[in-house]
Amino acid sequence: MTEFSPRIVAFCCNWCSYVGADLAGTSRLQYPDNIRIIKVMCSGQVFPSYILKALELGADGVMVAGCHIGDCHYVSGNKKAQERVETLLRVMKTLGLDPRRVRLEWISASEGVKFANTVKEFVEEVKELGPNQLGVRE
Amino acid sequence: MKQIIKRTKAYYCVECGKCSGSCPVARVNEGFSPRVIVERALSGMKGEIEGDRELWTCLTCEACTTKCPSTVKFSEFIRGMRSSAFNSGYTSRCSQGGLLHSIQRVQSYRDLVQNRLQWISDDLKTSTEGEVLYFTGCLPYFENLFSGFVNPLEIARSTVKILNKAGISPVVSPNERCCGHDLLWTGNVETFQKLARLNVEMIKESGASRIVTSCPECLRTLKLDYADFLEGTDIEIVHISEFISSLIKNNDIKLNRAGIMTYQDPCRLGRHMGIYDAPREVIKSMGELVEMNKNREESSCCGVSAWATCEGNSKQMQIERLIEAKSTGADMLVTSCPKCLIHLRCAVHNQIPVEKEKVDIPVVDLTVAACRALAGE
Repeated sequence: MTEFSPRIVAFCCNWCSYVGADLAGTSRLQYPDNIRIIKVMCSGQVFPSYILKALELGADGVMVAGCHIGDCHYVSGNKKAQERVETLLRVMKTLGLDPRRVRLEWISASEGVKFANTVKEFVEEVKELGPNQLGVRE
Repeated sequence: MKQIIKRTKAYYCVECGKCSGSCPVARVNEGFSPRVIVERALSGMKGEIEGDRELWTCLTCEACTTKCPSTVKFSEFIRGMRSSAFNSGYTSRCSQGGLLHSIQRVQSYRDLVQNRLQWISDDLKTSTEGEVLYFTGCLPYFENLFSGFVNPLEIARSTVKILNKAGISPVVSPNERCCGHDLLWTGNVETFQKLARLNVEMIKESGASRIVTSCPECLRTLKLDYADFLEGTDIEIVHISEFISSLIKNNDIKLNRAGIMTYQDPCRLGRHMGIYDAPREVIKSMGELVEMNKNREESSCCGVSAWATCEGNSKQMQIERLIEAKSTGADMLVTSCPKCLIHLRCAVHNQIPVEKEKVDIPVVDLTVAACRALAGE
């Protein structure tokens, strides 16, 4: 049996985290290819439902990445993201889903190294958790 | 579509327009007309109806059904059309970005192990097997999402307290799933059936012969829409308001005076299930009941149904309803549906185009009010 290779969805904001991911790429930093990046204008626009839906459809982990607190391009979108993720984590706890499958990170446009390291770390963690049970269809 | 028309007797429509005239949505949204939707269906415009966003605007509150001289079941018709639209790939524009529907869909996975019983504190007596089962519904999830302005789990605690007071230690199952009401009414019949099968298994395992719900939607769904799944069993399903009113009649509990109250009929409890008197009897036994202008069959909806719509229409309906409640001079607006509670409080909690004082009336769930008024507590 081959090793479990998780599928991870990452919502990255247009102004910081996506550029951070770009920098990781142009700096030729290596990070696992388990991640599928979806660019959004702001981390604050990531509804809890987007994250839950990704999990529902079988994603093994979901990352939401935005500008550092205080640096949001839209002033306070990342604070909204924080609230939204916290709400979702409460729901996930009640649903019996592992909250470690969802991660909120602040990654600025200059932090290519942080982006690569975060992805590596997250992939390792999700590998330990194993496949998402919701992904297994009846 | 022909089958849906046949089943709901839509072909009897005489275009009188009583439905559009009595529709609470049509009153605030000119673009919405039940009559036009039925006429389109009768002239075979299936694609147009499925693709029309107004298909999802209907609150399925049955205000039109009670008025229709030709007994067209419009809510059922909408439900059928939604399921047909869902199968053609259309979905509702859900409130909360569809989070609640997502939560409900996740619950249809068989192997899910939920943590939904955290609210049961030591003073509440529950059991794992027994005669009476308390179906909590979505309350634990509502608490997760709306605890900023309402206390949904207080309804669950109050229900168990009242059941305890009557000497019943109800079964509350960790394996309970969402009843599927919202998914059924937004066209997702397949997932509804999965949820229904899981719930029926849970109910049968518990050995219960009586189910108490504190949510009119669960009541309707379990009683009417689970009928096929529960076939062959002899299970009685009651709403907590019926239960409390029977306790009061038998002098099993006594309630203290709790002030002047007005009552909001939830559409699922009132027009769908015909339960108008039980909650009123409970209110009368603990205070004075003043009716709003629109009450019983005429009652207006809280503005959102099945988490399918929440927009300007809904807010306007909520504000109008709250102003009406406030103008009765009552101390509080009592309702017996957790969703009415959430929607009406949400309107006050958020920014609205009228002064706060005009709408700010405490909204209390019937069970919570009754539990607070329990004598000797």
